[in-house]
Amino acid sequence: MHPVSGSSGAGRLTGEQVLLRDTIAKLASERIAPRAAEIDRTGEFPEDIRRLLAEHDVLALPFPVAHGGVGGDLLTICLAIEQIARACATSSLILIVQELGALPLLIAGSPEQQARWFPDLASGRTLAAFALTEPEAGSDVASIRTRAVRDGDDYLISGTKRFITHGSVAGLITVFAVTDPGAERHGRLSCFVVEVPTEGFRVARLEHKMGIRGSPTAELTFDGVRVPAANRIGPEGDGFAIAMGTLDRSRPGVAAQAVGIAQGALDAATAYARERRQFGREIGEFQMIQAMLADMDAQTEAARQLLYTACGVIDAGGPDVARWSAMCKLVAGDTAMRVTTDAVQVFGGYGYIDEFPVERMMRDAKITQLYEGTQQVQRLVIARALIGRDRG
Amino acid sequence: MHIVVLTKPVPDPAAAAERLGPDGRLDRAASPAVVNANDEYALEAALKLTETLGGDVTLLTMAPPGATDTMRKALAMGAARGILVTDPALAGSCTQSTMRVLAAALRAQSFDLVLAGADTSDGGGGVVPAGIAALLGLPYLSNAARIEPDPTAGRVRVRRITPTGYDVLDAPMPALIVCTQALGEPRYPSLKGIMAARGKEIAPRSLADIGVPADTVGGAVATSVLLGSRRPPARGATRVVRGTPTEGAAEIVALLEERRLLG
Repeated sequence: MHPVSGSSGAGRLTGEQVLLRDTIAKLASERIAPRAAEIDRTGEFPEDIRRLLAEHDVLALPFPVAHGGVGGDLLTICLAIEQIARACATSSLILIVQELGALPLLIAGSPEQQARWFPDLASGRTLAAFALTEPEAGSDVASIRTRAVRDGDDYLISGTKRFITHGSVAGLITVFAVTDPGAERHGRLSCFVVEVPTEGFRVARLEHKMGIRGSPTAELTFDGVRVPAANRIGPEGDGFAIAMGTLDRSRPGVAAQAVGIAQGALDAATAYARERRQFGREIGEFQMIQAMLADMDAQTEAARQLLYTACGVIDAGGPDVARWSAMCKLVAGDTAMRVTTDAVQVFGGYGYIDEFPVERMMRDAKITQLYEGTQQVQRLVIARALIGRDRG
Repeated sequence: MHIVVLTKPVPDPAAAAERLGPDGRLDRAASPAVVNANDEYALEAALKLTETLGGDVTLLTMAPPGATDTMRKALAMGAARGILVTDPALAGSCTQSTMRVLAAALRAQSFDLVLAGADTSDGGGGVVPAGIAALLGLPYLSNAARIEPDPTAGRVRVRRITPTGYDVLDAPMPALIVCTQALGEPRYPSLKGIMAARGKEIAPRSLADIGVPADTVGGAVATSVLLGSRRPPARGATRVVRGTPTEGAAEIVALLEERRLLG
C-alpha cells in the first residue's frame, strides 16, 4: 500500500503540508498501524504511541512556535489527524484531545497562562483533557451543574464530569463550572485549568466502549478542588463562549478523524477486492463490488474536500465559522459510518471477525457521529445559521 | 566535520509509475519524486556523524529545477543547506557527464567527507561516486558498514563489507565513502524539522557557475543511449523440493527426466 492513498489536496496544500502529511502517513503505516488491533483488543491507552507522537513533534502541532510548538494551522493539524486515524482511530485521539483540551487556553488564555502551560503540552510531557460534559448535560451545555465557588484568591470546584476523553491520563484538564447560578443561561459558566492529581479530584470510573477502545473515557469527580483564581481562563461568565469557540475549532479534528477512518476502510476493502477470489476470479472484477468501492471513494473524497475548505474558512475567522465546522463534522462522520459499513460488506463474513481491521474501523466510526456534538446538534447549528437563531 | 551528501531525486518506487518518455528519457511528470532511498541512508549516517562530532551536512544534487521539493525533505531530516546544479543543457546526461558535473561542483566546496548511496533506484549504474573520487583524487571507500572519522588526525576509518566478512580501511580526509544500509535506518523528518526546512538555503548552480562548458555534457554527447526499458517476463510457478538430500536428488532427477532435460 502506498503510504498516502486517497487524494491529495491538489492545489491547496503547501509543499510543507504535503511533506508533513506524507511523513505522518509513513509514521502511521510503519509504526502505528501494526499496533492498532492490539490497542483495540486490550483497551489500554497506548503510551508507546503517545511517546512516538511526542518525539516527532506531532503533539506540538497546535501550539505556537514561541512556546515550543510547531504553529500548525487548522488544515495542517487535520492532515496529521487524518493520516493517524487512517491507521488507528484511538491513536489519532491523542492529537485531537491534546488540541481540544488546550483550545480554551489557545482561544482565551492570557500570555502568562500560555507561557506557563504550553511548553509541557507541546512537548507531550503533559496530556490535556477537556471537561465540559456531565451526566445530565450533554448536548444541553448550558445545564451544567458543576459549581466553582470563590474562596479568597481561589475557587473551590465541586461536581461530576462524564465521558471525558483522556480524563484518567491527562495532567491538565480544562473544566467548565457554574460561577454565577443567577446569571442568564449563557453567562453562568467559567472555564478553569485544573492540574491533576490534586486533592478532591478522583477518576470515578472508566467506560467500556464500542470503539476507540484504547482511549480512556473517564468519569471525574471534583470534591471541593481548590484552584487559584490565576487558573481561570478569561473573565468570569465567559465559559459558554469559550466552550462554543473551542468546539467550532475542534469539530474539524473529528471530521479529519472520520475521513481518516473512511480512507483506512476503503484502502483495506480495495486491497481485499484485488486478492479475494470467488467464482474463479477476483471479487474486484464484479460490478457490484466495483460500485461499492467507487461510492466509498467518491464519498470519502467529498468529505475530505469539505473538511479542507472548512479549515480555510475557520482559520480566516468570521461569522460563518460554526456552520462550516458543523457541516464538515456532519458529512465526515456520516461518511465514515457508511464507508466502514460498506467495507465490512465487501469483506463478507471475513469483515465481521477481527482477523481483518474493518470491523474495528466500523466500531470506531460510530463515535464520530456522537462526540463533539451529535449529528443532530450539528444540524441544529447549521439550521440556526441558515434560518436565524430566533426561529431555531 | 563538513560532510557533503550526494542526493538524487528519483521516481517514487512506491508509486510504481516510472516510465520512459518518447525521447527515451525518464518521464518526470508521470511519477512523484522522492529522495533516492540509498541516499537517505547516506544522509542518516552523515547526520549521526555531525551530531556526535559537530559540523554540518550539505546536500549536493544535479537535477531539474523542481528538485527543490524533494531536497526539502532531506533538509527536513536535518541537512543544513543544499546545492542544486541545474541547467537545461544537462538534460539526457549520461553517468560520465554526471560525475564530471558533480566533481566540478565539489571543487568549489570545502568538506571532510563526501557520502553517497550505493546506487540509485532509477539509473542503477552505481559508478558515479567512484568516478567523482577518481576525478578529484579522493580516497574511495565503498560498501561502508561503519564510518569512524578522527578529525584531529584528519583520517577516517571505514568498515567495508566483503563477501566473507569485512575489511577495515584507513584513509586521509577528505575522502569519498559509499554507504550501505548497514549504517542504520534513515530517520523520519520531525515536524519542527519540516517547518525549519523552509528557511534553509538551496543554492542553484548553473554549468557556468561551476565552470563546465555546456557542450561537454547532456544528451548530445551521452556515451550511451537507453533504447528501452522492459519488465522481465513473468516466471512460472516455482516448485520447491523438500526432504533428505537423497530423496530430493531423486525427485529432481525425476522432474528433469519428465521434461526430457537429461540426455
